[in-house]
This record gives sequence, C-alpha cells and structure tokens, in this order.
Amino acid sequence: MTEQTNPVKKIKKVKKRSQLKSIWFQFKKNKLAMFGLLIFVVLVMIAVFSGFFLDYDTQVIGQNMKERLRPPSSQHLFGTDQYGRDVFARIIWGTRISLFVGLFTVALAMSTGTIIGALAGYYGGRTDNVLMRIMDVFLAMPGTILAVAIVGALGPGIVNVLLAMSICRIPQFARIVRSSIISIRGQEFIEAAKACGTKDRRIILRHILPNAIGPIVVQATLHMATTILGVAGLSFIGLGIEAPIPEWGSMLSAAKSQMRYQPYLMIFPGVAIMIAVLSLNLIGDGLRDALDPRMKN
Amino acid sequence: MHAVDGVNFAVEKGKTLGVVGESGCGKSTLGRLVIRLLEATEGKVLYSGENILSYSDEKMLEMRKKMQIIFQDPYASLNPRMTVSEIIAEPIKVCRTLTKPDDILEKVYELMETVGLADRFVNTYPHELDGGRRQRIGIARALALDPEFIVCDEPVSALDVSIQAQVLNLLMDLQEERGLTYMFITHNLSVVKHISSEIVVMYLGQCVESAQSDELFEDPKHPYTNALLSAIPVPNLSRRNKRREVIRGEVTSPINPKPGCRFAARCPYAKPECTAADIPLKEISKGHFVSCILY
Amino acid sequence: MEEKLLEIKNLHVEYITDDARVFAVNGLDLDLKKGETLGLVGETGAGKTTTALSILRLLPERVGRITRGTIRLGERNIIEASEGDMLQIRGEVVSMIFQDPMTSLNPVHTVGEQVAEVLDLHKKYKSREAVEARVDEILGLVGLSAERKKEYPHQFSGGMKQRIVIAIALACEPQLLLADEPTTALDVTIQAQVLSMMKELKDKLHTAMILITHDLGVVAETCDRVAVMYAGEIIESGSVEQIFDGGDNHHPYTVGLFGSLPDLTRKTRRLNPIEGLMPDPTDLPDGCRFHTRCPKCMEICRMQKPTAIIRDGHMLKCHFLESQLASFSKLSAESVEKQ
Repeated sequence: MTEQTNPVKKIKKVKKRSQLKSIWFQFKKNKLAMFGLLIFVVLVMIAVFSGFFLDYDTQVIGQNMKERLRPPSSQHLFGTDQYGRDVFARIIWGTRISLFVGLFTVALAMSTGTIIGALAGYYGGRTDNVLMRIMDVFLAMPGTILAVAIVGALGPGIVNVLLAMSICRIPQFARIVRSSIISIRGQEFIEAAKACGTKDRRIILRHILPNAIGPIVVQATLHMATTILGVAGLSFIGLGIEAPIPEWGSMLSAAKSQMRYQPYLMIFPGVAIMIAVLSLNLIGDGLRDALDPRMKN
Repeated sequence: MHAVDGVNFAVEKGKTLGVVGESGCGKSTLGRLVIRLLEATEGKVLYSGENILSYSDEKMLEMRKKMQIIFQDPYASLNPRMTVSEIIAEPIKVCRTLTKPDDILEKVYELMETVGLADRFVNTYPHELDGGRRQRIGIARALALDPEFIVCDEPVSALDVSIQAQVLNLLMDLQEERGLTYMFITHNLSVVKHISSEIVVMYLGQCVESAQSDELFEDPKHPYTNALLSAIPVPNLSRRNKRREVIRGEVTSPINPKPGCRFAARCPYAKPECTAADIPLKEISKGHFVSCILY
Repeated sequence: MEEKLLEIKNLHVEYITDDARVFAVNGLDLDLKKGETLGLVGETGAGKTTTALSILRLLPERVGRITRGTIRLGERNIIEASEGDMLQIRGEVVSMIFQDPMTSLNPVHTVGEQVAEVLDLHKKYKSREAVEARVDEILGLVGLSAERKKEYPHQFSGGMKQRIVIAIALACEPQLLLADEPTTALDVTIQAQVLSMMKELKDKLHTAMILITHDLGVVAETCDRVAVMYAGEIIESGSVEQIFDGGDNHHPYTVGLFGSLPDLTRKTRRLNPIEGLMPDPTDLPDGCRFHTRCPKCMEICRMQKPTAIIRDGHMLKCHFLESQLASFSKLSAESVEKQ
C-alpha cells in the first residue's frame, strides 16, 4: 500500500528546529516560568549593559566618606553604605558577578560531569564503579563544607570560589547524566544503531546524549540558582569574593554591623539574591515540565 | 541463565523461517544472536557456509551490511530526536555506502517510496506518526544497506489488526521483489503460518519442534506445539462451547534449569525419562524435527 | 426474557485539551442484558476504553467530559448520580479490569490485603476472620492457593497477577464487569487459562461482561453478542452467530477487519487490509466516519451520517447496506439520533 508520492524533490533540512519550537511552545504556556524567564532576561540585560552606564572605580568601589550611611533618596536610590558607596550601583554591578559565577560554574561542572557520567553510564562495569565511587566521595561531603574546605585551602578570590563551586556540582551532574544514559542505552534504537555497526563514540554523541539533554538542562538552571546562593553564602562568611567587589553575599555580610539602623543595607542585597534565585528556579521548573511529558511521547 | 540452549536450524535463501514461542522462550535472544547483537557462548552461525561468530570486527562490519533487523516496538526502536530521513540515512552514513549528501537523500526518498511512506514525512519526527508508519520507517532503515537477510523481531505485534495486514503484505512483497531471506519471530501463530515456509517452535530456550509450515499445523507432534495451537482463539464459531485442553501451570524459570525437556513440568504426557537427560532433535519425517521422548 | 442491565443512548464524550477537542465517543448506543457477555471490538482510537470509563464515571477530570446522552444502569441514571452513589457502584455493582496486570496492583500491599480492601469498602462483615475467609474463597475461585495471599504482586507472574486483578474485581460479585483487553498482554497459553477461568466465574456468578478487545478470536470464543466500534460509534452489532456468519450482510469495516486476519485454515497469498488509517478524532470526516476508507463508498456516504437499520437484533449503520438489504428496517423514530 503506497501513499501519494511526489516526484523526487530536494527538500532543505530546516526542520531540526521544530523540536526546540515545540518545547518553547510548551514552556510559553507556563505563566510562572515565563515570568521567571522575563526576570532573568532583565537581569542579564542589567549585567551586560551595566558596564556602559557605570564607571567601576568611581561609582561602584569609590569611597565617599561624606556621604556614608545615607538612607534611600532620589540621589542614591538604595542609599549608601558605610564607605559612602552607592548601594544601587553596587547591586547592579553585583548582577554581573553573580551571573558570571553562576554560568561559569555550571558550564564547568556540566561539561566535566557529563563526560564522567557518560562514560560511567555507557560502559558500566568497572569503569562505572571506579568513576562513581570517586563521585560518591565528593557527594558524601556536604556541599557547603566542601566548598569552605576548598576555599579555605586555596584562599578566597573569584577563581578559587569558582573552582570550589564547580567541584561540588560535578558529581551531581555525573549522576544525572549516568542515569539518563543507563535508561536510554537499553532502548531498541540503540540496538538498531549497533546492528549497523555504529561505533561507541557515535552512539554516545549522536544517539544517547541528544536524548539525555532534557534532565541535564533542567539541572543546569537549578544549579545556577544554588550556585548564586552558595557564593553568597561563602562571601557572607568571608570566604568568597573579596571586598571591594560588590558581590551580593559580601554586601550582606558587611551590612551585618549596620543591621539595626540601616536595615536597607541588608534588604537590598538579600532581595537581589532572592530574585535571581527565584527566577532561575521558575525557569528550571518550567523547563522540566516542558520537556518531560513531551519526552514521554 | 539459559536463554537459548542447543538450538539448531537452517534457513534457505529467499525463504522465511518462522520462530514461534511465548515470552521467555528466547526467540528474541535468538534473533539477536544470529546477527551478533548479542554474543553467543557456544556454537556456530553459518552464513553462506562461513561461521560469522569467528569473524573479526572489520569482517563483521562488512557482514552487517548483509544482515539487518527490524524491531518490535515502533516507539522505542526509533531515535526520538532524529527525523525520518536521518533515521533511514543513519546506516548509510555509518557504513559509508554512500558519502555525498545528495546521493544519500535520494536513496532515502527511494526507500521511503519502497515502504510506502509519503515524501512529506521526510522531515517529521517519529512521535508525530502512528505505529504503522513508524514501523515502515524501521523497515526502510533495515533496507538501507541492501541486505540479504533480515531478522524480523515481532514486527507487527504492536500494531492494530488492519495495519498489521498492511505491513505483512509489504514484507511479503519486498521478499518477492528482492529475494530477501527472513527470520520471522513472533508469538502469533496465524501470522507466522501466513508468512513462513518453515517454522521452529521454541520453549524456554530450547527448540522443541521444527517443520515445514503447513506440516506443523496439520500434524503437530510436540505436546507444547499442540498446546499452543489449541490455545489460539480462532475467529470463527467452530470451537465455541467445546471443552478444550487448557494447559496448566506457568512457564518455569530459565535460571539453572533441570536437564532434559523444560516443558516437562507442564506436559500432560510427562514421564521421569523426560528430565533424566537432554533429548535431541529427531527427524521423524522429511524436514520435520521433534525433541520429545514420545518419538 | 432477561431484563436490561445497562442501557446507553446517544453517548457523546469529548476530551478537551489546550490544543484540541478530541471527539472520542460520538453517538453510541449500547444495551446489555443481565448475565450477557458483549464483545466490544475495535482498533486503537475507536473509543472503547473511553466508553468503559464513562460507565464508571472515571474519565480524567477536567479533560474528559460526557457531553450528551444517557447511561442507565438498572434503575439508576449514571450521568446524574452523585459521586457518593458512584463510589458505591464502583466495585460493588460495576467493576473494571485493565489491560496491564503489571501496573494494576499496588506493589506495596500484599495480594490478600488488596482483595480485602474492596471487601471492606463495600461489604459489612461481622469479623476479621469472616473477611479473611472470603478472601481465601475468592483467591481459590481464581485458582490461587490461600497461602499466597501474604505475598506481594512482584512475586507473581503476569498471568497470575491478572487473575488476582480479576479476583478483586469479582470479590463483591458485581452485576457488570468491564474488561479492557484483559488478556492482550499475556502469552497465548496463559490467555487461554485466564479466559477459561473468566468464563467459569462469569457463569457461576451470573455477571454480565463487556469485553473490550481487538482480537476477533477471543470474541468468537467467549462472547454472546458483539458490537463493532469505529470512530466513537457502534457501526454494527448483533449476536455472535450473526456477526461471525461469514455472510455478506456486514458493515464494510467489519468485513475489512475479518479480511485483515491471517486465517489458520486457509493459505492466502496476500491479506486484504483496509486502506488508510482511523481518522483523527479531532477532525472527523463528514457523513459516515468510515467513508474515506470504504470500498463501497457512495455519494450519500460523504454527506450524511447513516441511521441504524436493524433485523432480529442485528444492527448496521451503513448507507450501502441500507440500499441493498430490504429485509432490514430502520430503527424507530425516537431511537434515531438527531444529526
């Protein structure tokens, strides 16, 4: 039984995007997720364009003792801190820091974790055992303690913080990737690929990973959120980004002493952290919902 | 665990060997062993006289072009992230039988036409199509390397009755046009009779009977074959209200089986000799083999 | 003359999602007498499961809706019954068993507990012992020994799990059993066992049954009456003798279904499948729903839905047959659905 066929035409391959389009379509339906996305986009814009509007040395870290501890006013939207620095400018600049650290950490953890998880999941057996036991060692330690230990050993500063944050997250990515791969590798289309002699590398890259991307991406957005929180936490206890860099966590820490009379110094960084983390969580949840029921098909 | 144990059979070029049995009988495993998707622990697989189990990896790669497989599940056997044309083109790209993208695309269109898939589906994803069309994609993929031998692992079991008929007709047409040899694995006796010239009946990894298709149905010998035949519900009223021998019990475990016939636990004719030692396949008439102490 | 147990008239069921309205059941009429077994036959997407779920009012919330029609169970009007009434009906008056025995049982409760649960819900027993005795009795009916009631579902095979499911369904001796493809997932020899057991139980308990299946062989062996379903309506129905008579007075779809089957008794070169696919339930064709695939399609089929014609209990909905068969009469005016 043949259906209507047309004479041979060369159709350009454009359709690859349609899967992304349908995921986007599902995502769009989720109002909360879209809200989160909107906020995140605003944050990114702020991070990107703040460099054009603010001069780092004068406005962000430049001290002005005459203007210290002023409450929010038309001149200083968020007030000034104990060094006379405009809090608003510092919060804005802090967006850069937080997003950069979040992105970089996740990128590093995701790529390393994916390689480890992919190898462990695909080959199984001893490879799996060895790799996963190493991952277990890292997982056994509470994330914060591990991060503190690493930074404590290497010293504070942005690079070491990044390293500490990434190392904590590699095992979690590795696990997710590994279980995705285990569930996919038993499927018949993988057998089909093997039946024509496809080599392992191609199977992993072409057949397995594209199907495993879903949970990985969701995990990535959620990890960005926890990273921002984690860095803020480290900075709060003095082990993170050093002064005078306006990282939100360290701003919070510095505001501890002024908490009684200048509560705004704590409120603004706190709210900034909350907004960033919330938006990423909403996006992550929205992505998970958009990807999951569709993948069931 | 003994998935497949001491199975002997042969398929002639251009014919279809039906492999029949219920779950746990090892028929799917057998199919995969024959094309070396699974590695056998013992035995030989002779293709045109040569034992492919001893082939090196390079030689096996060449061999794979001649031996292909169609899977049962039209949902799980296709990569959900690849379009129809990508799925069909994949074997060609892997084995490099064609390298120019235009040539590959042309071959894809050709294959789609052969299996009855309209052109417009070339860039759709599997989940957008129904089971029958997906199975056609699987068939097109199996044909992509111009094989001589195809293992069909329950290719129509997951399809609706009218689609089953369409796909079976397609498989039979292809066999005629291209001189293909099939190993057709199924649990559905009426389907296997329709498409096979010869049939092997399996139970718990053992071959219990094999014969020409017509002969097996007219003159079944092994008690299990008889049980299977009497268990199939027939779509007419001839057997209504007749007391039938319904076989009792469940399939026993394939782990550490006792020697001898594995059907003995459920067989109405079982004797102690049945589990004393392994029972070889005996040729009781031309081309008709049975493994049972009754013969 | 057995009285009517179930009467469905002009049932319309829709699934309403964000993207589309799915017309799952479109004008279904069905009658069932006490103790009778009706085979509801059709392919995927015909609306058989939806019909069964509608009888129990178990359609997915918010999404599934009965938009028109009536379902009468004895004296009761199912569509207007309260949820409280339905809770009493489910399990006690009407039971359902589903296709996949693997997921029908709760893995964390023993088998005995699951059978006892339905007894506790509907029957008042004087003591725990009385309940347990009944559990043993029921398990015995389905061929399971009483000691096994302390075991968990995963310790049983597929066929046994399905028996347990049947035991649970029949525990309260309901008047009607809805069986949705109960043996499709089982091996052929196990299927034979389970079907034979179901038949025995059915005879013993005088339970009426609607057996949903796509397997005409199963229908021939177990059912008293048959209804063939296509695109949400019943296009042919009659006694099993009428449907399987091998004659010419059958709906083209029914003919197509029989023609698609490889026959064990005859060697045919090619099968005669029905062209095309079941229509998309969000976009059904005008006129007769089957006309796009029908080898006997006439002009009128494209435009007007056929009305039911009937003779001696054999019902057909087909313009072509209507024109051919003088001995059939139209169903009386009030039964004809409004188009």
